[in-house]
Amino acid sequence: MDLIIPSAGLIFWQLIGFLALLFILIKFAWKPILASLAEREASIDGALKSAEQARNEMANLKAENEKLLQEARLERDVILKKAQEASVKMIEDAKAESSKQGAQLIEAAKAVIETEKKAALTEVKNQVALLTLDVTEKLLRKKLGDDKAQVELVDQFIKDLKLN
Amino acid sequence: MRRKFLVLSLLFSVVLLSFSAGSFAAGSEAEEGKEDPTGFIMHHIKDSHEWHFVTIGHTHVTLALPVITYSGDRGLEFFTSSDFQNHETHKFGKEYAHNGIFIDDHDHLGRVDGGSILDFSITKNVVMLLLVVAFVLYITLSAASHYKKNGAVAPKGAASFVEPIVIFVRDEIAHKSIGPKYKKFVPYLLTLFFFIWTGNILGLLPGAANLTGNIAVTFTLAMITFVIVNVNGNKDYWKHVFATPGVPIALLPIMVLVEFIGLFTKPFALMVRLFVAITAGHIVILSFIALVFIFESYSIGVLSTIMVTFINVIELLVATIQAYVFTLFSAMYIGSAVAEHHHDDHH
Repeated sequence: MDLIIPSAGLIFWQLIGFLALLFILIKFAWKPILASLAEREASIDGALKSAEQARNEMANLKAENEKLLQEARLERDVILKKAQEASVKMIEDAKAESSKQGAQLIEAAKAVIETEKKAALTEVKNQVALLTLDVTEKLLRKKLGDDKAQVELVDQFIKDLKLN
Repeated sequence: MRRKFLVLSLLFSVVLLSFSAGSFAAGSEAEEGKEDPTGFIMHHIKDSHEWHFVTIGHTHVTLALPVITYSGDRGLEFFTSSDFQNHETHKFGKEYAHNGIFIDDHDHLGRVDGGSILDFSITKNVVMLLLVVAFVLYITLSAASHYKKNGAVAPKGAASFVEPIVIFVRDEIAHKSIGPKYKKFVPYLLTLFFFIWTGNILGLLPGAANLTGNIAVTFTLAMITFVIVNVNGNKDYWKHVFATPGVPIALLPIMVLVEFIGLFTKPFALMVRLFVAITAGHIVILSFIALVFIFESYSIGVLSTIMVTFINVIELLVATIQAYVFTLFSAMYIGSAVAEHHHDDHH
C-alpha cells in the first residue's frame, strides 16, 4: 500500500464507517446531549434571572421600607416639634393669663382694700363722731353748771384730739 | 523524584555509551545481509492486509484479515489474507497467488492475468476504523444515556468527560467560526472531533494502526468537509468565487481561477495537515525505537526510551491539537460558506 496515494478500498470503508458514525451519533448521541445541555443552560439562565429578580425585589422592598421609615421619622419629628411648640405656647399663654389674672386680682384686692379702708375710716369717723356726741352729751348732762370745769374739759378734749 | 530519575538514566546511558562504542563498530559488520532495521517504520505507518502484532524469534503473531475483491468479470470475492502469503514468513508475493489473485510485497492487490481488480479488503486500517467507531460510539452513547435517564442534570461518568468537549466544540469552534447559523453543523463537527481525536490517540497505542495518519482517511474526511462547505455555500460565497467583488474586470479571469483553485486547496490542506502531523509523529517515535536496533546498545536503549516517552507525551498533545485544528478549519470553511457578507464594509 502506498503512503501518499489514497487507496480506494480504505476511502470506501472510511466513508461508510464515518457516515454511519455520523448518523448514529446525530440521532442517538448529539441530539439528546445538545438538547439536554440547552435545556440545562436555559434552566440555569432562568434560575439566575429569577434570583436576580428576587434580589431586585428585595432591594426595592428594602428601599421602600427605608423610605417609609424615613417618612415616619420625619412625621414624628414634625409632630414632636408641633407638640413642643404647642406646649411652649400653652405654657406661655397660661403664664400670661395667670399673670394677668393675678394682676387683676391684686387690682381688685387693692380696690376692695381701698374701699374697705375708706369704709372703715368712715365707720371710725362716724363712731368717733358718735362717741364724741355721746361724750359730749354725758358731759353736757353732768357738768353743765360749772363753766370753769366746762372750759377745762373742752380744752382737755381738744388736747386729746390733737394728740390723736 | 522524576527529575532525578531522568538525570540518573542520562548519566547511565553516557557511561554505557563509552563502553559500547567499540562493540558498535564490530557489530555493524555483522549486521550486513540482515533485514533493514528501519523497514518496520514504513510497514507500520502504511496500511496492510494483515495485522502484524509481534515477531518472537521466527514466529509471527498476526491477525489474518478478510480480503474482499471486486472485478467486472468475476464479481465480488472473499478470501482471507493468509490465502496470499507464505505461512512461515508471512510474506506476501506474486508466487503465493490464490485463485488468480495475488498481493505483492508492497501490499498491492493484483490479478495474475493482469485484469483490473478493486480491493475492498478489511485491511488493518479498516479494522482500526471499526475500533475507533466502536470506541466513539461507546463513549458518546453512554454519555447520551446519562442525559436520557436523568434529564438535564449535572454530568456524571462518561457524560462528564464528553460534556466539556461538546460545549467546547459547540461554543469555541462552531459558534465562533460559523456564526449565527452554527447549530446545524455542530453534530458534524462533534463527530469529526471525536473521530479524529480517538483515532489519533488509539493510533499511539503499541501495535495499533496508523488510521488518522493514512492519506485515504484524511482524504475522505476532507472530502466530506468539502462537500458540506460547497453544498451549504450561499450566494455570497459563490459570488466571491466567480465574481470576486472589488476586483478590476481585467484581473477577474485570474482571480476566478485562483478562487476556484482555492476551493480545492482548503480541503487539500486539511487532508495533508492531519496526514503529515500524525504520520510524522509515528515516524519520529519509531525512529527512536529503530535506533536501538541500529546501534544495538544499552545506552541508546535508555536514551531512546526516554525520547520515545517524551515524544509520546508530545504526540498526545499533537493528537488533540490536530483534532482541534481539523475541526476548527472545517468550521471556518463552513463559516465562510454560510456567512452573510456585507461587501460595503469589508471590501
